[in-house]
Amino acid sequence: MDFFTSGFPILTVLIFLPLVGAIITAILPDDMAESSALAFTVLTALLSLFVIFGFDPTRADFQFVERYNWIDAISRQGESLFKVEYLLGLDGISLWLIPLTTLLMVLSVWFSSDSVTERKKEYYAFMLLLETGMLGVFVALDLFLFFIFWEIVLIPMYFLIGIWGGSNRIYATMKFVLYTMAGSALMLAAIMGLGMVNLVSPSGTGQIAFAFDKLLPVMQGLPQLAPTLATLPANAAMWFFLAFALAFAIKVPLFPFHTWLPDAHVQAPTAGSVILAGILLKMGTYGYLRFALPFFPEPARDFAPLFALLAIIGILYGAWVAYAQKDIKSLVAYSSVSHLGFVMLGIFALNAQGLSGGILQMINHGISTGALFLLVGMIYERRHTRDIDAFGGLWKIMPIYAAFFLITMLASVGLPGLNGFVGEFLALLGAFAANPWWALFGTLGVVLAATYMLRLFNKMFFGPVDRDENRGLLDLTRKEVALLVPLVILMVLIGFAPNLFLDPMQPSVNALVEIVNGNAPSIGMLP
Amino acid sequence: MIDLIWLIPLLPLLGVVINTFFGRFLSGKASAWLATLLVGIAAALTLVTIFQVRGLGEEFGGETVTLYRWMTAGDFSVTLSFLVDQLSLLMTMVITGVGFLIHMYSIGYMAHDPGIRRYFIYLNLFVFAMLMLVLGDNYLLMFLGWEGVGLCSYLLISFWFSDTVNADAGKKAFIVNRIGDFAVLLGIFLTWTTFGSLAYADIFGSIEAVSAGVLGLITFLFFVGCTGKSAQIPLYVWLPDAMAGPTPVSALIHAATMVTAGVYLLVRSAPMLDEAILISNFLTRDLVAWIGVLTALFAATIALTQTDIKRVLAYSTVSQLGYMFLGVGTGAYIAAIFHLFTHAFFKALLFLGSGSVMHGMEHGHHAISHGQPAEADDHATDEHGHADSFDVQDMRNMGGLWQKMPATAWTFLIGGLALAGFPLTSGFFSKDEILTLTQHGGYNLLYVIGIVTAFMTAFYTFRQFFMVFWGKPRTEAAAHAHESPSVMTVPLMILAAFALLAGLIFGLPLEDGVFHHWLEPLLYGLGHHEGEGYHLPIMASLAISSIVAIAGIALAYLRYGRRPAETVGEATAKGGLLHALSYNKWYVDEIYHALIVRPYELLAAFSARFFDRFVIDGAVNGVAKLLSVGGGGLGRLQSGFVRSYALGIVSGLFIIGFVMFLTIPNELRNYFSQLGTPAILTFVVGLGLLALILWTTLRPRKTVEAAADPITHTS
Amino acid sequence: MEALTTITTTHYLILSAILFSLGVLGVLMRRSAIIAFLSIELMLNAVNLSFVALARDLVSLDGQVVVFFVMTVAAAEVAVGLALIVAFYRSLGTTDIDEAHELYG
Repeated sequence: MDFFTSGFPILTVLIFLPLVGAIITAILPDDMAESSALAFTVLTALLSLFVIFGFDPTRADFQFVERYNWIDAISRQGESLFKVEYLLGLDGISLWLIPLTTLLMVLSVWFSSDSVTERKKEYYAFMLLLETGMLGVFVALDLFLFFIFWEIVLIPMYFLIGIWGGSNRIYATMKFVLYTMAGSALMLAAIMGLGMVNLVSPSGTGQIAFAFDKLLPVMQGLPQLAPTLATLPANAAMWFFLAFALAFAIKVPLFPFHTWLPDAHVQAPTAGSVILAGILLKMGTYGYLRFALPFFPEPARDFAPLFALLAIIGILYGAWVAYAQKDIKSLVAYSSVSHLGFVMLGIFALNAQGLSGGILQMINHGISTGALFLLVGMIYERRHTRDIDAFGGLWKIMPIYAAFFLITMLASVGLPGLNGFVGEFLALLGAFAANPWWALFGTLGVVLAATYMLRLFNKMFFGPVDRDENRGLLDLTRKEVALLVPLVILMVLIGFAPNLFLDPMQPSVNALVEIVNGNAPSIGMLP
Repeated sequence: MIDLIWLIPLLPLLGVVINTFFGRFLSGKASAWLATLLVGIAAALTLVTIFQVRGLGEEFGGETVTLYRWMTAGDFSVTLSFLVDQLSLLMTMVITGVGFLIHMYSIGYMAHDPGIRRYFIYLNLFVFAMLMLVLGDNYLLMFLGWEGVGLCSYLLISFWFSDTVNADAGKKAFIVNRIGDFAVLLGIFLTWTTFGSLAYADIFGSIEAVSAGVLGLITFLFFVGCTGKSAQIPLYVWLPDAMAGPTPVSALIHAATMVTAGVYLLVRSAPMLDEAILISNFLTRDLVAWIGVLTALFAATIALTQTDIKRVLAYSTVSQLGYMFLGVGTGAYIAAIFHLFTHAFFKALLFLGSGSVMHGMEHGHHAISHGQPAEADDHATDEHGHADSFDVQDMRNMGGLWQKMPATAWTFLIGGLALAGFPLTSGFFSKDEILTLTQHGGYNLLYVIGIVTAFMTAFYTFRQFFMVFWGKPRTEAAAHAHESPSVMTVPLMILAAFALLAGLIFGLPLEDGVFHHWLEPLLYGLGHHEGEGYHLPIMASLAISSIVAIAGIALAYLRYGRRPAETVGEATAKGGLLHALSYNKWYVDEIYHALIVRPYELLAAFSARFFDRFVIDGAVNGVAKLLSVGGGGLGRLQSGFVRSYALGIVSGLFIIGFVMFLTIPNELRNYFSQLGTPAILTFVVGLGLLALILWTTLRPRKTVEAAADPITHTS
Repeated sequence: MEALTTITTTHYLILSAILFSLGVLGVLMRRSAIIAFLSIELMLNAVNLSFVALARDLVSLDGQVVVFFVMTVAAAEVAVGLALIVAFYRSLGTTDIDEAHELYG
C-alpha cells in the first residue's frame, strides 16, 4: 500500500486510465468495444479501491496530492503573471465520490452491452471519456482545471443522449447542454474574477492563479478586502458566490432550475440515466462543498435561508410532481429533484450533521437511483415501454425483479436500515439544528416520498396481471442480478454500518464547518 | 444471557436470511417450520433472561449491551445497543411468545398457499423489527424498528396482492403510518437538540434541566406518531382496512404487537411524559387521555353495527388501544402495559378464532360449490369472496357454528369474555385497573366515558359471538363448515388459557401482583397521582365494571342470542340515521379522501401537467425562444453584402458621434458652441443623410435575398 | 446673413461634412467597386479638409501633419485597392461589389 501512498501518481492514473481506454476502444474494431470498455472501467474501479484503502481517515487535509505547473504565461520580470496548476487531491468530502463513480461506470458499461447495438465504438469511447471528466471534477483542486473537467463532461453526455437517446433526444440534449453552459459561463467569469482578485489583493500571491490553497485565504478575506479595492464592488464576495451557486444549482438541479432533468433522463439511454443521476448531479452539490462554501463563507451564511428554502421547495415539489407522472423514468427523475433537495438542505444547514448527511446522501442517491434506473432499463428492454399503466401484477411474473425493486424503492423512500435513511436523517437533523422550520417542511418530503414510490410500486407489481404482454415476461437473468447485487449490498451496508462511510469524512467535514462558520481555515494547506 | 440479548432479534433475522437466499432448497413447509422454530428459540431465550433478571432482584436497573457505533456525525452519535430491562423484556416476551404461537398457527393456515415462504420471511422480518423497536436503547434504534414493522405491515396487508383492494389497504397503512412517523422524526430531532443524545439513559438523567414546554412538544410529537402506529384518532383509519391481510397477521401485527408500539413508546418515555406540559396547565398526558378515551368510544360506536367478522375485531382493537392510552394519559402506566399484555392474548385469540371460523366457512363453501373439501390455496379470492359474491367474513352468512366448530367456539367465547371484561377474566382486571385509576386520578368525565364504552364493548362482542355461533346456520356454507386442524386449534387453546387466567395469575392481588412487582422498579415514582375529589372504593369500582360487562352481554343476548336471526335477510339490521352513520364508519374515510387525498392528487396533477410544463419550463423555453428569435434577427444583419456592413459602420459612427456630442467635456462643448448654429446644422444634415441611406439600403431587400440564394446566383 | 459674406472655419467644416457625406452615400449606394473606391478617397479628402481648417483655426501644425500622413496612406491604399479591384474583376468578371457576398454569415 505504501507504493500507492508515496509518490505514485494514483489520481492522475485514475483520471486518465479511462481516457486511454477511450482511445484504445476507438481504435479497436467495433466488436471488441464492449470488452475493452469493460476492462478499462473494471481496472479503474480496482484502482479506486487502492484510493479507499490508502486514504488516511484521520486527516482533514488533502491526500494523494499531485502538483505541477501547467500554464505559465504573461511573464513580467521573470515572474509569470498567469499561472494554472495541475493540482489534484482528495479529502473526506470527495473520497466516496470516486468509488461511486467507478462502480457505477462498471455497472452501466456492463449493462449497455445488451442494450446498445449501434455505433458501439463511439458509445463506449464516450462513456470512458465521461468517466475521465467526472473523476477529474472530483479531484481537481485548481479552479481552472476543475472548469476544464466540468466542461469535458458535457461533450460525451451530449452525444450519449443525442445519438443513443429516445425519440425526443435532440431537444433534451440541447436543453441539457445549453442549460449547463449558461451556468458554466457565469462560473467561468467568476473563476477569472477570482484569479484577478488574487492578483490585486495584498494577501494574494500576485498572480492570476487558481489553485485552491492560494485562493482560499484570499477569498476568506474578500468581504473585508473588497471595499478597499477600487477595482471591485464592495460586495464582490456575494456576486462571486452567486455566480458559482447558480452554475452549481443548475447542475444539482435546484428548484426552479430542474426542468432539464426529466427531459434528459427520459430521453437518455439507461446507462446515461444511471450516470446522469448517479454522478453528474453530484458535481453540482460537490461544487458547493468544495468551492462555494469554503471560499465565500459569509455570503454562504447569508444566503443559506434562500438555498434552504429552494431545497425544501424542491423536496416537496419534486415529490408531488413525481406523484403525477405517467412515465417511470420521469417519476424517478422528479424523485431525484426531491432527493437532491435533501442533500442541499443538509449542506446549507452548515453544521457537521447536515454536511455529513448531505454528503452521504449524495452517495446514497447515486446508489439507489442508479439501481432504480437500471431496474427501469431492465423492464424497458423487455417491454419497450415505461408507461406505469402498462404494468400490473408483475410480482407474480418476475418475483426476483420485484424483490430487487422493493429493496431499492425502500432505500429510496428512506426506510431505516437501508442507506437512504441515514443520509436523510442526518441532513434533516442538521437542518433542524440550524432552523426547526426547515426540518419541519423538509421532513414532510419523507411522507410524500412514500406516496409516489408506493403508488409506482403498487401499480407495477400488485394487482391482477391485466395485460397479456406482461404474462410472458422473463425474470432477471444472472447477469442482471449480478449488476444489482453490489448496489443492494451497499444499501444494506450503509444502512446498518454507516460509520464505515461517515468516519473518514468527519475530519474534512469538521474543518469545513469551522471555515464556514468564520473560523480560520484549517484545511487547504497543501504540500 | 443478558450479554447475549442480541441473539434474540438475530434469530428471526437469521430466518429471513436463510429463507430468502436458501429458501428454494427447502420445501414451503420446511421454511415455515424453520421460521417458527427460530422464533420459538427466541421465546425460550427470553424466558431464560426473564428468570435471570428476576434472580437479580429488584435492584436490577437495566443493562445496556452495545454492539457498535451506528451513526456518528460531528457531536451526534448513536450506538447500536440493546437495553435489557423489565419493560423491554416484557415486550420481548409478548412478541416472541405470541409470535411463536401465531407462527405455529400460520403453518396450518397458510399450508396450501403458494406464497408460504414469502409469508414466513415477512413474518420473521416483522418479529425482528418489532424486537429492535422494544430492545433498542435509544430513540433512533426504536425508530428503526418502528418503521420496519410498518414496512412488514405493508407487505403483509398486501400479501395477496393480486387483489387491488389488498394492495391499496397496504399502501394506505404505510402512508398513514408515515404521517405519524414524520412527527416521530421531528420529535427525535427536538430530543437531540435538547438533550444532545438519543439514548434513553442520557435523556432521562437530565430531564430536570429541560423546560416542561419543550418536553411537552417532544412528547406531543411522539404521541402524534403513536396515533399513527397505534391507530388512534385521527390516524386510526388504516387499521380497519389492514384486515385485508391474512388473519394470523391481523392477530400478530394488528392486534397483539405492532399496534401497541405506541403505548410502549409513551411508557418508555414516561419520565419525559410526566413532566411534559403542552399549553399552560394542559399536560401532554391530558391530551393522550382524551384522545385515548374518545378513540375508545368512537371505535366502539362503529363496531356496534359492523357485519364483517374481522372488522368488528379491528374496531374493537382500536377501542382497546384507546383504553391503553387512557391509562397512559392518566399516569396508570403499569395498568396500560398490563392491558397491553392481556389484550395481546385475548385479541390474538379472537383473531385466530375468527380465522378459524373463516377457514371453516371456506371449506363449507367449497364443499357445497365443488362437492368436495377444497384446498385453501387461493385465499386471495376466497377470503374476500371476490371470485364469487359469497363473503366468508360476513357474519350474516354464519350462525350455528357452535355445533360445527366446538373448539373454536369455546375459545372464542373465552376471548369474548375477556374482551367484554367479564369478571375474573384477564381483560376484566386490566381494564378495571385503568378505569379505577382514572377515577382516582380525578378524571371523572373520562371515567364515565370509559364505562359507557365498556358497556358497548361487551354488547358488540357478544353480538358478534351470538351472530356467529348461536342459532341455526343461515347459509349452506355455514351448515357445512367443520373444525380446523389441531395445528390451528392448539394455539387457540394456549391463548385461551392465558386470556382466561392471565389476570388471576399475574394481576392478583390487585395492583400488587407479579406483573406490578415486575415493572415497579422501572416505573417507580412515575405516573399516577391521586386526584382531588371523591374516590370510588376499589370494590365499588370492580362491581361497576362487572355489572356493566354483564349488562352488555345480557343486552346482546336479548337482542341476538335469545331469538337468533334465521336468514341472511333477517340478520341484516335495519336502522335509522345513527345506524347508517355507525355502519358507514361516520364517513371518516370519505371525508379524509375529500379533504386530503383528492386535493393532494389535484395539486400533483396541476404541478406536473401545468405548472412545471408551462410556467417553469415555459420560462426556460421562453428565454431560449427569445434568444433564438433575437439571434435570427441579428443574424440577418450578417448578410455578406459589403454595403450593408458599410451602413453598419456609418450608423455606428453617427451614434457614437451623437453620444460623444452629449457627453463631451465642457471646454470642447464651449468650443463647438462657439462654432454656433452651422455645426448643429451639419449634424442635422448628417442625420437626414443617415435616414436617406437607411431608406435606400433597406429598400432593395428582395433583390438582396434573391442574390443570397446560391442557386439563382449561379443561373 | 453676415455668415455668408466672410468665409470662416465653419464654412470649411460644413463643406467637409458635405463632402464626407457624399462619400458615404457613394459607398453605400453605388455598386461599382471603382465608384465606391473613389467615394472613399472623397471621404479621406473631406477629413483632410477639416484637419487643415481646424489646424488653421487652432493655430497648430498637428492637423497639417496628419493631413500629410493621410495623403501618404491614401496613395498606398490606391495602389492596393486598385489591385484588389482588378483581381476582383478577373475572378468574377464584374466590379459589382454586391456580387461579393461569399462570406455570408
